[in-house]
Amino acid sequence: MTQKPIPIPDEISGPFFDGTRDGRLMLQHCSACDGWSFPVRERCPHCFAAPLQWRAASGKGTLYTFAIMHQVMNPGFAGATPYNVCQIDLAEGVRMISNVVGVPNADLRIGMDLEVMFDDVGDNVRVPKFRAVAGEKP
Amino acid sequence: MIKGSIVGLGVTPMGKIYGRRSVDFAAEAIALALEDAGLQKSDVDGLLINANIPQDMDPRTQMMLGFENLTLINVMNGYGSTAGAMMQYACMAIREGLANTVVLVYADAPLTPSRGAGASYSGPHRFPLGGMAGLKAHYGDFGANLGYAMAAQRHMHLYGTTEDHLGAIAVGQRKWAQMSPWAQMKAPMTMEDHHNSRWIAEPLRLFDCCLVSNGAVAVVVTSAERAQDLKQTPVNVLGYATCSPGDHLRTDRHPAVETGAKRSGEMAFQMAGITRDDIGTCQLYDCYTYTVLVTLEDYGFCEKGEGGPFVADGKLGPGGSLPTNTGGGQLSGYYMWAFTPLSEAVVQARGQGGARQVPSNDYVLVSGNGGILNFHSTMILSRHAS
Repeated sequence: MTQKPIPIPDEISGPFFDGTRDGRLMLQHCSACDGWSFPVRERCPHCFAAPLQWRAASGKGTLYTFAIMHQVMNPGFAGATPYNVCQIDLAEGVRMISNVVGVPNADLRIGMDLEVMFDDVGDNVRVPKFRAVAGEKP
Repeated sequence: MIKGSIVGLGVTPMGKIYGRRSVDFAAEAIALALEDAGLQKSDVDGLLINANIPQDMDPRTQMMLGFENLTLINVMNGYGSTAGAMMQYACMAIREGLANTVVLVYADAPLTPSRGAGASYSGPHRFPLGGMAGLKAHYGDFGANLGYAMAAQRHMHLYGTTEDHLGAIAVGQRKWAQMSPWAQMKAPMTMEDHHNSRWIAEPLRLFDCCLVSNGAVAVVVTSAERAQDLKQTPVNVLGYATCSPGDHLRTDRHPAVETGAKRSGEMAFQMAGITRDDIGTCQLYDCYTYTVLVTLEDYGFCEKGEGGPFVADGKLGPGGSLPTNTGGGQLSGYYMWAFTPLSEAVVQARGQGGARQVPSNDYVLVSGNGGILNFHSTMILSRHAS
């Protein structure tokens, strides 16, 4: 069976994937304006300062919204539908796209508290995904 | 004040028409639009081309189409909002004397016999992908369906919007489509049919999603003065504005439920010197049912969050108090980015809608929308001068 696409770290996203390998969610932070940014970029979207610094984020967030995908748009997802794609509002002020794991799709609730975990997807790459915070009642 | 006048409209056959390229559809639509206007090809001195997803309508298209001595030529891209920006550029250029007769065209031919509509805009992706693009692909975040589904889900959570609300939009537009000679989808649709259509990306079903079409639409724009001597009743552009609300991947921004329609609409109404109450019919960008609902809210036809109850009584359909997407829109008519609402607006403003003609056609509101609610355009059209 074809597997899901495995991201290949490139030059600019290298520190992000180095971080996930070590179990940390690294995001870019601007020391000039104290703003965080995501996805990875060269320059601060708040004040245009560069370069940005990499900092470990808290990994805490809430579910902003989600959808359940039923279409197979890539052979790697042939056995995976229906699956969730989620937008997660991180404590740092950025909204990440990711998957929530360990929660049945029917139990996903906007506003639920989430925390990051790191999924080993092969090729020495770990991908940040989110799970319900222990004690959270979906 | 009249910004400019639409004097010609050309719409090709739409849908699963195979074996033709975008540029061929474009040529046919332009020929139809010039004939409609009573103009010659040699009259054209401006050509604005709407970019498309396959990127086969590039600036060199002007040579394939055989135009000469164009003094205005460009390919423009604000995704599904582009038609509004093209109209701005055309009208401003005409008023500045840079061109006199400007053709605006959108053409696309993504459908092939071996590929379904769902796949027509999604590939071929080369996997694996690097960096952040690879991360998105790993999550299964492909295409626009998911982005709009997430936006609709957020609206449902905040305001209690339901599947029946979205269904009311789809059902009403299918009724309109049955009266349009250009529409692709003619089979009757009930609310039950909507609810029984398969999930695409929950909470959106198949009948919440637009079609994919091969075809082209062209319009011809000129000055208000010149428009007086041509074949058709001129459709005057009285107001236009665009607004892009910004990045949706920041927690302090909510373009999923608060779109660029608000600011763009306010600017366009102010420019036209009319109010919402003057609008007799809306032609709104409807890549999804939800897009119509949130656009109506942001234009102020109802309060934020009230879009669901507002549309639930069928007021957008035939016989309703706010006839909207009277050609079936992109859901049931044809998908030509914002040239779908623009083309139907011209038909309605002229009074040429036949069975689907609405009596209240003094002022027509047209919207465009692109990205995942990241780009918005508004136009106000009328056969009146003010």
